[in-house]
Amino acid sequence: MSATFTDTATLASDGTVGVVIEGKSPRQLAWMRFRRDKFALAAAGVILFYIFAAAFAPVICAVLGISPYELDGDALNDFGLPKGAFGGISSEHWLGVEPGTGRDILARLLYGARVSLLVGFLGTLLTTTIGVMIGIFAGYRRGKVDAVVGRFMDLTLAFPSFLLIIALTRPFTQRLESLGVPEGNPARLTYIVLVLATFGWVYVARVVRGQTLSLREREFVEAARASGAGTGHIVFKQLLPNLWAPVIVIVSLSLPGYVATESTLSFLGLGMLPPAASWGVMLGDSVKYYRADPTYLFIPGVALIVLVLAFNILGDAVRDALDPKADRQTL
Amino acid sequence: MKQAALEAHNVIKYFPTGHSGILGRPTNEVKAVDGVSFSIAHGETLGVVGESGCGKSTLARVVTRLIDATSGEILMDGESISHLSGKSLRIARRKLQMIFQDPYASLNPRHSVGQIISSPLSVQGISPPQGVKARVQELMELVGLNPEHYNRYPHEFSGGQRQRIGIARALVLEPTVLVADEPVSALDVSIQAQILNLLETLQAELGLTYMFIAHDLSVVRHIADNVAVMYLGKIVEMGSAQSVYTQPGHPYTSALLSAVPVADPTRRGRDGRIRLEGDVPSPIDPPSGCRFRTRCWKATDLCASTEPLLADQGNGHLVACHFPMETPVTLGNTQP
Ligand SMILES: Nc1ncnc2c1ncn2[C@@H]1O[C@H](COP(=O)(O)OP(=O)(O)OP(=O)(O)O)[C@@H](O)[C@H]1O
Ligand code: SF4
Ligand SMILES: [Mg+2]
Repeated sequence: MSATFTDTATLASDGTVGVVIEGKSPRQLAWMRFRRDKFALAAAGVILFYIFAAAFAPVICAVLGISPYELDGDALNDFGLPKGAFGGISSEHWLGVEPGTGRDILARLLYGARVSLLVGFLGTLLTTTIGVMIGIFAGYRRGKVDAVVGRFMDLTLAFPSFLLIIALTRPFTQRLESLGVPEGNPARLTYIVLVLATFGWVYVARVVRGQTLSLREREFVEAARASGAGTGHIVFKQLLPNLWAPVIVIVSLSLPGYVATESTLSFLGLGMLPPAASWGVMLGDSVKYYRADPTYLFIPGVALIVLVLAFNILGDAVRDALDPKADRQTL
Repeated sequence: MKQAALEAHNVIKYFPTGHSGILGRPTNEVKAVDGVSFSIAHGETLGVVGESGCGKSTLARVVTRLIDATSGEILMDGESISHLSGKSLRIARRKLQMIFQDPYASLNPRHSVGQIISSPLSVQGISPPQGVKARVQELMELVGLNPEHYNRYPHEFSGGQRQRIGIARALVLEPTVLVADEPVSALDVSIQAQILNLLETLQAELGLTYMFIAHDLSVVRHIADNVAVMYLGKIVEMGSAQSVYTQPGHPYTSALLSAVPVADPTRRGRDGRIRLEGDVPSPIDPPSGCRFRTRCWKATDLCASTEPLLADQGNGHLVACHFPMETPVTLGNTQP
C-alpha cells in the first residue's frame, strides 16, 4: 500500500507490478480510522452507556429497588439534609438522596437522562435536518433565493429568542395540548424541541450555505452535470458528502447545548414539571443546597459534562474518520 | 461533404452583470461568446486558442450544454441539441463529454476513483455487461492508471494521474465527441506531453472527435487538425493547422505565433517577433469595428468603423481582418 506515485504511464499501464491487492472500500477505511482512535471509542462507549441507561431506566431502578419519586424520610436528618457523608451515599442509595425529599438520586439521574437525551437527540435531528436543507437550498440556488433566506436567517438570529421562549412557554404548551399532545411534560418537551429547532437551524444553515456556495462552483459539480446528473444527484451525491464534516462538528457542539437549554428552562421552572426528573431540574434544585450538600450538585453536573465531552470527542473523531485525506500509510 | 460530428452555428453567450440588491436589474452584459460558428468532422480535432478571458471556457460550456446559449445552435451529427431538455438531453450527453482544466477541482475529494469514474453510469442508469467495477478498471487501464487503485481517493494521485481519472470518467459513457477545456495547462510541462499523447492515442483507438481548448498555439500544434483563434468572444481566424501555423492571416494570430517558444535555439530572438502591447479590453464594452484594433499595429479608421467578417483566404482558411498579413512575419520562426 505504500507504492510511490510517479506519473509514468509504464508503472500504471502494464498492471503487472506487484500482487493485486484489493483496496478497501471508503466505508471500511473510515471504520478502520475510527477504530484506531482510543478516545473516540471511549467517547462512543460513554454515549452508548448513557443511551442504554436512559432506555432501561425503569428496569435498572426495579432491579436496584429504587424509585425516582419515592420519598425516604429515614435517609434525611432533622434539617432535611441527607444523613451521612457525601450526600447520603449508602448501599441503599448509591448516589445518595435528594435533600428535602430523600428521593434516590441515581433513580432520578437515570430518569432525567431520558428527558435530557431525548431533548438533545430530537433537537439535533430537527435542527440539522432543517438547517442542512435550507442551507443547501440557499447555497445551491444562490441569487434571490439566497438573499431572501439570508435575511430570514439574520432575522432569526436577531430575535431575542430566550425572552420569546420564556414568554411563549405557557400559550404554546397549551396550544400543543389542545392539538392532542399529552398534557404536562410531553407538551413541554415538544415545545422545547420545537423551540430549539426554530432558533437552532440557522447555525447549521449558515455553515452549510457557505460551503455549498463554494462547492457548487467546483468543476466536479460541472462534471456531474455534464454526465447528465440532475439536481438530486448533485445535492445528495456530490455536495452532501462534502458537507458532513462541518455539519458533524456543529452537531457535536450543539447537541450538548440543547441538553443545557433543557436544563436552563427546567431551572427556570419552564421545563419539566415536578416531580418528573431531568438533569436540568436536578441542577436547578441542587443549587439551593450547594453549600450544605455539594454532592447533589456534583452528580448531575458531572453527568452533563461527561456527556458534552463525549459528544465533542466523538464528533471530531467521526469527522476525521470520514476524511479521505487521513493518512493511509499509517493504517 | 461528410456529416460533421459537432457544429456550432452563430453561438452567442452574454452574461448579465451589474446586479444590485435583491431586485437589482442586470445593468450590463459580458459578451463572453459573440457569434461563434465552427464544425468538426468525425475523428478530427479542432484546437481553440486564445488569451485568458476570451471566452473559450464559456464556449465549451455552451457547446456541452452546461450553460444555455443566449442564441445560436449546437448540432451533433447534424441534429440540434440546443433545445433538448430532460431525458433527451441526458441521453444526448452520453455522446458529448467534457474534460476539465483543473485536475484538483474537477474530482470530488470525497469520492474514490471507482466512484468518480462510475458515477456517469449510475447517473445514466447504464449497467455495463461486465459489471461496473470491471468496466471502470478496464478504463483505468486504458488511460494508464493502475486498476488496483480503484478505491483510492483523488488526493493520493499526482496532477497527471488525476487528469487521467478525469479522462476515464469522460470515456465511461462511450462518447463520440470530447470537449477538453485546457486539459493540460494546469500540469507540469513534462506531464503535459504524456497527457497529450494519451489523448492522441485514445482518439486513434476510439475514433473520438475533439474540441481542444488551449491558451497558446504550441499546445494544440500536435493534436489539432484545424485551429480556431479566438479574441474577445469571436473567432478571428480559423483554418487547417498547417495553414494557420505557416500562413497566419490575422495580426493577432501572428502575434500569438511569435510568442510560441521556438525549439531551435539558433532561431530564437530574431527580429520580426511581435509583442502584444496592452491588455485585452473588457468584454462588457468591446471596441467598435474590429475588436483587436486597440492592440493592432495595422489598425486604420476602417478598422474602428467596420467590423471585419471572417473571409476565406483560400482553402477554407478564414480570417477576420481588413488587412490580412500577406508575408507571415513569423514564418521563419514557426516552420517545423
Ligand atoms: N458566469 C459568468 N458570469 C459573468 N461573466 C462570466 C461568467 N463566466 C465567464 N464570464 C466572463 O466571460 C469572459 C470569458 O470567460 P471564459 O472563462 O470563457 O474565458 P476563458 O477564455 O476560458 O479564459 P481562461 O483562459 O482564463 O480560462 C470573461 O470576461 C469572464 O469574466
Ligand atoms: S481589422 Fe484592422 S485592427 Fe483588426 S486585425 Fe485587421 S488590421 Fe488589425
Ligand atoms: Mg477557461
